Amino acid sequence: MKIYPILTTAAALAVAAGGAVSAQTLEEVRERGHLNCGVSPGVTGFSNPDDEGNWSGFDVEVCRAVAAAVLEDADAVRYTPLSNTERFTALQSGEIDMLSRTTTRTLNRDTALGLNFAPVMFYDGQGFMVRQDMGVSSVLELDGATVCTSAGSTTELNLADYFEANGMSYEPVRFDRADEVLAAYDAGRCDVYTSDRSGLAARRLVMTNPAEHVMLPETISKEPLAPAVRHGDDQWFDIVTWTVYALIEAEEYGVTQGNVDEMANSENPNIARMLGAEGSPVGEWIGLDNKWVHRAIAAVGNYGEIFERHVGPNTPLEIERGMNALHTNGGLQYAMPFK
Amino acid sequence: MPVSRDLGPMAAPKPAFWTRSRIRSVLVQFGFVVLLVLLIQFLLANTMQNLARQGIASGFGFLENRAGFDIAIAFLDFDRNGTYLDAFWTAIVNTLVLATLGIALATLLGFMIGLARVSPNWLISRLAAVYIETFRNIPLLLQLFFWYFAILRPLPGPRQSFDVAGTVFLSNRGLYMPKPLLDSGAQLALLALVVGLIFALFMARSARRHRAATGNSVAVAHWWLIGLVGLPVLTWFATGASVEMSIPSLQGFNFRGGMVILPEMLAALLGLSIYIAAAVGEIVRSGIQGIDHGQTEAAQAMGHTRGQIMRYVVIPQAMRIIIPPLTTQYQSLAKNTSLASAIAFPEIISIIAGTTLTQTGQAMETIALAMLFYLTVSLFIAAVMNFFNWRVMRRSF
Repeated sequence: MKIYPILTTAAALAVAAGGAVSAQTLEEVRERGHLNCGVSPGVTGFSNPDDEGNWSGFDVEVCRAVAAAVLEDADAVRYTPLSNTERFTALQSGEIDMLSRTTTRTLNRDTALGLNFAPVMFYDGQGFMVRQDMGVSSVLELDGATVCTSAGSTTELNLADYFEANGMSYEPVRFDRADEVLAAYDAGRCDVYTSDRSGLAARRLVMTNPAEHVMLPETISKEPLAPAVRHGDDQWFDIVTWTVYALIEAEEYGVTQGNVDEMANSENPNIARMLGAEGSPVGEWIGLDNKWVHRAIAAVGNYGEIFERHVGPNTPLEIERGMNALHTNGGLQYAMPFK
Repeated sequence: MPVSRDLGPMAAPKPAFWTRSRIRSVLVQFGFVVLLVLLIQFLLANTMQNLARQGIASGFGFLENRAGFDIAIAFLDFDRNGTYLDAFWTAIVNTLVLATLGIALATLLGFMIGLARVSPNWLISRLAAVYIETFRNIPLLLQLFFWYFAILRPLPGPRQSFDVAGTVFLSNRGLYMPKPLLDSGAQLALLALVVGLIFALFMARSARRHRAATGNSVAVAHWWLIGLVGLPVLTWFATGASVEMSIPSLQGFNFRGGMVILPEMLAALLGLSIYIAAAVGEIVRSGIQGIDHGQTEAAQAMGHTRGQIMRYVVIPQAMRIIIPPLTTQYQSLAKNTSLASAIAFPEIISIIAGTTLTQTGQAMETIALAMLFYLTVSLFIAAVMNFFNWRVMRRSF
């Protein structure tokens, strides 16, 4: 009888529809045994798979830190590379538990998209790259230029707003994927390549001749890049938020990947409490065991170490700390107290 | 031997009414529809509930908001101050222009390839076979990238562009050509030309019919002269029309003025039509070879030339075989325009399911709009092609 397949399909659909997004992310992650983390599909320094499929990078370390805190294993992460247009839907629908993917925190995303943003991991801004031989020294000289950009990012809107505000025109060439933006700019389709400055620094490395291209001095926008989780699970939001704070706080207190075991017995009560010394309530408050911060730092190091390892001045990206320095060094990175 | 016509006692007892096949099938179908409606209702309610619980905005109100982005290729006037709805219309027109040009080009090329494929000339038929097998068996996305970078890479920048007499410029910014700026008189003259053409076509058709009915031919040359030359020229001088040319010139980074074909447009058009033309070629070949050889032989026996046989005997009958699969190819071309977003052609996927989706975050609504668009286009193509099919089938041979 033909009706059975139809009924089966209907039943399967009904079950699928019933699988509502649960508020118990922590329970799910523990039961599953791994963390599902959304990352960029290949940005040097931020998230890049090697030839064996092992992901590494600045954004990847956040996933690893959370996995270490929650699952006691920094490698228990399944990475999902997501394009600009896929990222929010993947998070909203529960396909991933958290998004750590050079994503700008904005009002629209924080509210209408149903997301919660953890503290900013990287303060960035939109920059412009041009060919050196064009002889351009400012964005204000770019009236009438052809601009390559990727679709579905804050970049597009900043670009239009900035050119509008300065009474300039431009011709946008908009690609789905960052790889094609790069290839088209490299092939000479555009005069200008615009993106977050960190992204430009990363992509310049893979151009045919990196030395031919220069970054213009202007930064036309604020791009605070932060990990995100979905609305409706406060405990999970707290875990991701305070894992990021833990990385920053560790740098401020001089706790590193190398000395975290000694520091656990520190005389400084602040450090001892954060790292879960006897009688510390940090585990109880957040719903994990006492050693969660300890494990996160042992797995990935403190914020400064992560920065130096993946994007800092001694990496090919050569990005200075700048705004991303600790507040004690004149930067913006400021963790809330572990009290 | 008495034959009993009374089958009464032999007949099976009257079955319960719900087991009768007609009633049963109605019941089953009714039940299925009810289930389906309930399921859809459940899916929608569940989705809305989940969206509300996570505080995600929904609804189509965003279409009235300012878009704030620009679109390079726009056949409608659009700028960043337009709404998302304006952007949607622009994307629709861009997609439709690409699909229409693609279908026209694929048909033209496909018929040529199909005819070449059945050519008795060994070389021509082999070349057509190579064309078909090559382009049919490489994924379209790769072909689009190939054409895009094949067009971009060899072309120089705008300052070193190739030019023809200082008016037409070819560079990796596109092909810039002079654009005629028509005043109202010139526009009227253009309109007169179109009217004249329709008039001449009409006169030629009635002359053909007259000849078919009576065997007497009627002169039509003067109608063509009046329609194509007399009427437009008269309008031109009556209105004192004039045409100015907007010639592109290099200012700053790029050319200004004139009109342009951007590399994205050209690559998308080439990629789509060359790919679909391979399939069309095979359909045309199978259509032609599907006509019984007796038809050709009979026409030969009547002394028709090869060209005449093709034109009057084979092709008209082959169309019956060709049109239904051709519909599918046209639909697939229209849907494959979505791949052009990968090479920066601003169509529905790029504008609506790309930029608008991420700027507003309303994935369900934007994807629904895109799906509705493709469904409408596909059904429209099917309707038009079914009409042609009906006309071809109606002719009896």
